Amino acid sequence: MRWISKTYLGVFLAFLYAPIAILIFYSFNEAKGRTFTGFTTKWYVELFHDAAVFDALMTTLIVAFVSAAVATAMGTAAAIGLNKMNGRLKSVMMNFTYLPIICPEIILGVSFMLLFVSARGVLSAVSIDFQFGWITLILSHITFNVPFVILNVLPKLRQMDKSLVDAAMDLGCNRWQAFSKVAIHEIKPGIIAGFLMALTFSMDDFIISYFTTGAKHQTLSVLIYSMTKRRVSPEINALSTLIFVVVLTVLLIYNLMGWKKEKQLKMRRKGGGSFEEIDRM
Amino acid sequence: MRAKAAAYPYMAWTLVFIAIPLGLILYFAFTDIHGGFTFDNMIQAGSYSSVFVKSIWLAAVSTALCLLLGYPIAYLMSRWRGMKSRTLLLLIMLPMWMNFLLRTYAWMTILENNGIINQLLGMIDIGPLPLINTQAAVVLGMIYNYIPFMILPLHSIMVKIGDDVIEAAQDLGAGPREVFSKVVLPLSMPGVKTGIIMVFIPAVSTFVISQMLGGGDNQLIGDIIELQFLGNTYNPNLGSAISMVLMLLVLLCMTVTGFLNDENMEEKLL
Repeated sequence: MRWISKTYLGVFLAFLYAPIAILIFYSFNEAKGRTFTGFTTKWYVELFHDAAVFDALMTTLIVAFVSAAVATAMGTAAAIGLNKMNGRLKSVMMNFTYLPIICPEIILGVSFMLLFVSARGVLSAVSIDFQFGWITLILSHITFNVPFVILNVLPKLRQMDKSLVDAAMDLGCNRWQAFSKVAIHEIKPGIIAGFLMALTFSMDDFIISYFTTGAKHQTLSVLIYSMTKRRVSPEINALSTLIFVVVLTVLLIYNLMGWKKEKQLKMRRKGGGSFEEIDRM
Repeated sequence: MRAKAAAYPYMAWTLVFIAIPLGLILYFAFTDIHGGFTFDNMIQAGSYSSVFVKSIWLAAVSTALCLLLGYPIAYLMSRWRGMKSRTLLLLIMLPMWMNFLLRTYAWMTILENNGIINQLLGMIDIGPLPLINTQAAVVLGMIYNYIPFMILPLHSIMVKIGDDVIEAAQDLGAGPREVFSKVVLPLSMPGVKTGIIMVFIPAVSTFVISQMLGGGDNQLIGDIIELQFLGNTYNPNLGSAISMVLMLLVLLCMTVTGFLNDENMEEKLL
């Protein structure tokens, strides 16, 4: 029984990683085609000299950071407000919050496109030139990012001890001080998690960017899409390899930090207690 | 009173960027290019019924296979603790963090007529077999891209099934089969439901996977919608009508699985 499950796990992991390994392998292939002719790093050099790739990378980062920052501010405020709300209005707003997450991305994408096309029509009537580009990208990314912030912050608000805010106000804080000096520290993990989630989803997004991008600035994923249409382009293999290495490094650092914490806890507990609690951290 | 006001910017934002855009889909679906009311788009959307059937079929097959293949993985992972389970979780999530276009592109290089598999087969004088531009390739692409969405919710439900519960069942005389069918499976049902939704929705609405791995013969709903908005046949009215049908389909699927009625939506979505 044991070896069956281990074998299955091995085969499954091979299935997950074989395609990535093959991309990495081809990124060092001299020839453009599929036959291996010799080792080279020229595709990486070409990639670094590709202005379009650099521009797309900058666009992706700017859109991701701006939209994640705005979404975090608006989402945190929204969570505080929603937490105080009750009844019909709250349930309506919560449903609108779930909607962008549940809705197929392509529908979200085309609905944004319809909005911006209509806006362009209206604005051109008053002779304002409104083009698809950074603004449309950022606006649509904020929209699909806010729910992730709200859903991360709301549980923290619910878990927070209400008397903390009361105590702060008894001690002479006004509402804003009670929030900025006390409450915010209680919900900080939720805010950070929301921001990071927004950042990753924004950087990873293709479908919504595809429908809201302009002719001038493309995000990295939209550029990758046009590269895949050209089929054989070894630069894309080099790019995949680099992205894989970056992701691997980030996840490893993040997890090594987690493991370290776990080890410290384990030593403190001298092996006693369950791992369940540690896992939750 | 004042705390509630903190949500007002978000409410205004939701109105402009969620409610109005979705309203626009409805509006475009029922109007012609001059803005007059018409049912023509809906009737035209009906002519794509075979595409709808194909999309639902391929997405359903992929979802079923994801469940079948992912369930044992999630279970194995949930029985481990600490570092081992963390590492495995990391290994399963890592490919997910790579852009899905690159992951799908990787399969193109494997399945192509001069791709890896056909090159290997060529060495022993077989093929080239038509691997790419088939329905099977599309299903494979869907499974590869979306199986983590099945494993993760399953795993997060299964870690809550304590070893003590399973041991209790064994002490009371249940064999492995009974432990599975009477304890593990019923307790993991919420995860199964979430996993099905999380895989089925992106699979039924994809256009990239079908384009890259399915070739021209395997157009899905997503491809048809994309064509109406960004293709040569620019027709947002028809595109909106098809999008609306797709949305209804998704809502129907959620109602059937009882996904919408459940409490603790937050936990499921993150």
